[in-house]
Amino acid sequence: MSHETSALTINRVSKQFSTPEGGVVRALDNVSLEVAEGSFTVLLGPSGCGKTTLLRCIAGLEAADSGEISLRGQRIDDVPVWKRRVNTVFQSYALFPHLTVAQNIAFGLQMDGLSKTQIAPRVEEALAMVRLDGLGGRRPSQLSGGQQQRVALARALAKEPEVLLLDEPLSALDLKLRRGMQSELKRLQRETSLTFVLVTHDQEEAMAMADTVAVFDAGRIAQVGEPRDVYLRPRTRFVADFIGEANVLPAEVMDAGVRVGSIGDVGLDVISGIDGQPPGTRGHVAFRPENINWERTPNGDAHVLDVTFVGGDLHIVAEVGEDTITIRASSHHEEPPRTGDHLDLSFPAGSVRWVED
Amino acid sequence: MGRARARAGQGSAWAAAPGLLYLIGLVLAPLVIIVVYSFLSRAKLGVGVKWEFSAQAYADLLFSESLAGGRSFDPTYLQIIFNSFLFALITSAVTLALALPIAVWIATRPPKDRTGLIFLVTIPFWTSLLIRTYAFIIILNDNGPINAFLGALGLVESPIPMLYTPFATVVGLVYTFLPFMILPIYASAERFDFRLAEAAYDLGGGKWTVLRRIVLPSVRPGVIAGMLLVFIPALGSYLAPELLGGGKTSMIANVIAAQFGASRNWPFGAALSVLLLIITLLVLVAFAVLSKRSARVTGRSSWESML
Repeated sequence: MSHETSALTINRVSKQFSTPEGGVVRALDNVSLEVAEGSFTVLLGPSGCGKTTLLRCIAGLEAADSGEISLRGQRIDDVPVWKRRVNTVFQSYALFPHLTVAQNIAFGLQMDGLSKTQIAPRVEEALAMVRLDGLGGRRPSQLSGGQQQRVALARALAKEPEVLLLDEPLSALDLKLRRGMQSELKRLQRETSLTFVLVTHDQEEAMAMADTVAVFDAGRIAQVGEPRDVYLRPRTRFVADFIGEANVLPAEVMDAGVRVGSIGDVGLDVISGIDGQPPGTRGHVAFRPENINWERTPNGDAHVLDVTFVGGDLHIVAEVGEDTITIRASSHHEEPPRTGDHLDLSFPAGSVRWVED
Repeated sequence: MGRARARAGQGSAWAAAPGLLYLIGLVLAPLVIIVVYSFLSRAKLGVGVKWEFSAQAYADLLFSESLAGGRSFDPTYLQIIFNSFLFALITSAVTLALALPIAVWIATRPPKDRTGLIFLVTIPFWTSLLIRTYAFIIILNDNGPINAFLGALGLVESPIPMLYTPFATVVGLVYTFLPFMILPIYASAERFDFRLAEAAYDLGGGKWTVLRRIVLPSVRPGVIAGMLLVFIPALGSYLAPELLGGGKTSMIANVIAAQFGASRNWPFGAALSVLLLIITLLVLVAFAVLSKRSARVTGRSSWESML
């Protein structure tokens, strides 16, 4: 990615917090990231991985200890929060309870020094954008959670920020509403062609919305890429495990293949991402449950412990030696495995991924 | 239908009986006595009352009788009531200006520090108000530490007379009532969601704008409660004007006290008390209206903030 197309550049940003117990937490550890103009970038990771801290550093609500943050090529580290052309949709929505919906949205525009006649149509437009036309006179307390969420969105969007930051915006909504808002957010991002940076701990949400996903692991970015690429080619054990379901087994590089847990030797054509690992290297491999070929044979290595029917799929838990692995099979299979069956397993070319620890 | 079953946690009406008895016997009854006395006649020697109906005490509030028997309008007591209002208003305004930054500052400290700071605010309650007010005589007099300090710096040639001035009264009143303003505002500010301030900064608001447009409206119930807790007692203050104002700046309570003492006019003292009571009630009603309006906005009433 060239610098011309970067809406936001994070360069080697670090941030430490001291805990009340006197310890030190490295919330951000030398994090670098390029966010492309007009992209929908998702910062994904478990709670406490530093993703929200990075968002707050971009917004200016938190100051990084070191590193640089640039907005369209301009350093913003020393720009106070109220002067940065970025706006945040807060996890708690943070709507002003003493102001109406319209006044909430107008607040940010008043801060830009716009006149009443300029503000009114912008507020209307923002309300229409989030489909809350006609609710401008209500108070936040008179709205449902989903509606409040939309107001928070409209309030930030009305400012037409260079980057819109969204901090776990959907986490307080119930599942059905969340799904709807996911496509709603995608639509808004397309229509406004603004740059969105969203923080979430929900990997399905990240997959559904992101153009680019950055996976955080303990204050560092473990991997950045398109969701599909990250899913198919996880670089680390953490990423493989965190995104989607994965079987992660200990492995050792042999002369002509890789020994995978109790499964045994697997040919090099099956393994991907192993370039340059000399024989004798110990590490881990990951493979997806849906990417395993199985065949029922009386003396197969895999012993089926449990089969769960989940709609289109069957979740099969099988034991291979000392390892337990998960296999996903189609429910439409004529003779699906049953508990107690023995299976012979094989792997498609490139389907077993060597991952860093 | 059987008898109403008590819900869990619901108190029994009998538990309230001792408190109610106390209120009726020792709060309501004296009020009734005051009202009755105000409509009776002055006793011969001035101590006590003569049981004979008279509205003379109320007439005396507005008119004075000359020795010749003629009646003329006399604004003396209206002036005193106006003075009392002014002192109470100045006291409320000054305590508000001092208390607001303190309360917001305490509310923004880490939770473990807040308890200690609030504890410090309540330290004046440890000694009697009388003694603390006497202490101000020492502080403010011509040979007191303030004048000594100013003199030592060479800022003044002769001591500034502070004691027995309206200024001393205000100082005493502000000192007395400051904690009553800090505590309710702190209670409101402590519940303020500072993420709202972050959101306001994020939307482009500077520090002053955020304070004025986001923080202040949220602590308004606490401010109204504090004004109430300061204004009404300040209106009927006795000690500060008596000891520090030196009789030059009489407030209504001092005049009432005089009627039961040196002036020996109990019915008139009672009438003044009834007047003070009515004024206080009117102020309460005004605050209630104000508080209702702010409750509609913040969803929390000032009455709640006082607790």
